Amino acid sequence: MISFSGVCKRYPGGFEALKNISFTIAAGEMAFITGHSGAGKSTLLKLMAAIERPTSGSVVVNGQNVGALKPGAIPFLRRNFGLIFQDHKLLFDRNVFDNVMLPLNIRGFDRREAVRRVRAALDKVRLLSKEKTHPITLSGGEQQRLCIARAIVHRPAILLADEPTANLDSAYAGDLGELFKSFNQVGVTVVIATHDENLAARLKPRTIPLRQGELAA
Amino acid sequence: MIYRAMKIWLLQHMRTLLAVFGRLAHAPVASLFNIGVIGIALALPAGFYVGLANLQGFSRELSAAPQISLFLALDADHADVARIEGRLKQHPDVRKFRYVSREQALADIKNSTGLADVVVSLGQNPLPDAFIVDARDNAPQALEKLRDEFVRWPKVAHAQLDAAWAQRLESALKLGRRAVLILTTLLAFALIAITFNTTRLQILTQREEIEIAKLIGATDSFIRRPFLYFGAVQGLAGGLTAWAVVWLSIYLLNNGLADLSQLYGANFQLRHLPPKDTLSLFLFSAWLGWFGAWMSVSKHLSEIDPH
Repeated sequence: MISFSGVCKRYPGGFEALKNISFTIAAGEMAFITGHSGAGKSTLLKLMAAIERPTSGSVVVNGQNVGALKPGAIPFLRRNFGLIFQDHKLLFDRNVFDNVMLPLNIRGFDRREAVRRVRAALDKVRLLSKEKTHPITLSGGEQQRLCIARAIVHRPAILLADEPTANLDSAYAGDLGELFKSFNQVGVTVVIATHDENLAARLKPRTIPLRQGELAA
Repeated sequence: MIYRAMKIWLLQHMRTLLAVFGRLAHAPVASLFNIGVIGIALALPAGFYVGLANLQGFSRELSAAPQISLFLALDADHADVARIEGRLKQHPDVRKFRYVSREQALADIKNSTGLADVVVSLGQNPLPDAFIVDARDNAPQALEKLRDEFVRWPKVAHAQLDAAWAQRLESALKLGRRAVLILTTLLAFALIAITFNTTRLQILTQREEIEIAKLIGATDSFIRRPFLYFGAVQGLAGGLTAWAVVWLSIYLLNNGLADLSQLYGANFQLRHLPPKDTLSLFLFSAWLGWFGAWMSVSKHLSEIDPH
């Protein structure tokens, strides 16, 4: 489903974020990309979602070479993913419901079906009672769950999460871990970049450890 | 499948249009000012255009067929008239002509104007015999050449080109049309600039939303669409405003004209912008707005790249 071979990423200015990375994540797998901050975890996720392009080597997602995609094809690649951001990237000028609606609007969903799916996603993250409120009134953990609802509402094949438990207390983090596990159990490929060892210990996923931009064997 | 795709397409566009109206209503004062500026900018050339069209209609009525009037000398007799008639008949550039005797001319004046009393008081008929000539070629140069030729004929006292002043008006109108074209070009540029800037501001305030939409799989056309619709709707609203301004101006002028023309016993009425030109105005204004937004979006959207 996702395969990296000989991937290097050098940022303008010469900083080498990733060096010669090769691995494969199969469909339906749950994988953790671990390592200290600056090890290249976020860059790895960005390469998968075509937010960055590899300097050399190839990133293949669903049989498509991400680095060689035309700009017009990138939105359609991204529709395979549910993206969960460390900083949530919520829209604060609209309510919880409309935030989750956004991915379905982009895909042109029928209104009635869309409403049903939004409610289901909000129910899954236990925010259904807050659908009319604005994200600014939510706690950090709730905002993270809202971000997850938005990521899963279109039922993506792959879930990419960047430090989902950062800034959360351990009880919340445990909840979140269970949530990811439940997605994985219904066949979603889950890739999580994290340095949260508790989360890894609880879920016991396959880990891809990074150290200073290289795979640590 | 195709049906579904079309339905999605239509749905997306309807939603965008609704969102655009929502956005206009969200900041009513700013929207009204923007639309007002565009409306006034378009009303200027549209108003000039209507004015010219009215003048042109007026001049057309008067100069439908340019004619040359040949006035004979007062001492011309029947033989002279017959000779000139013969020459006109054979002249290759004369399409047709009509003879108006001095008696008939006097009778016409008596009947058609309020000068009957004056005519009666005249001791003798002051009018000459005349020929009204239609030329084969109505181009101004050809007519003038013909007139100059007629003047040199014996017993022709005077030859007059009836349409001379109408033609002068026509060339003045041509100048006016050119001025309208220049004005339209300049103000169209202004309209594009206005839309360009409002669109740029919108893109800046929605930067975050655009970035997120791109991250979760929005195509460029999805992101561009609301801005293009906004530009077109704003432009069209400006066009409607311009039309209303011009219509109201003509309406008010016509009220004034009614009083004035009553004094002269005539009926002058300015005509409104014809439906075809009205439609052109609406389409043009919508297109200008769309184009301004498109330029802005093309320039500024690529600058927003999520990282």
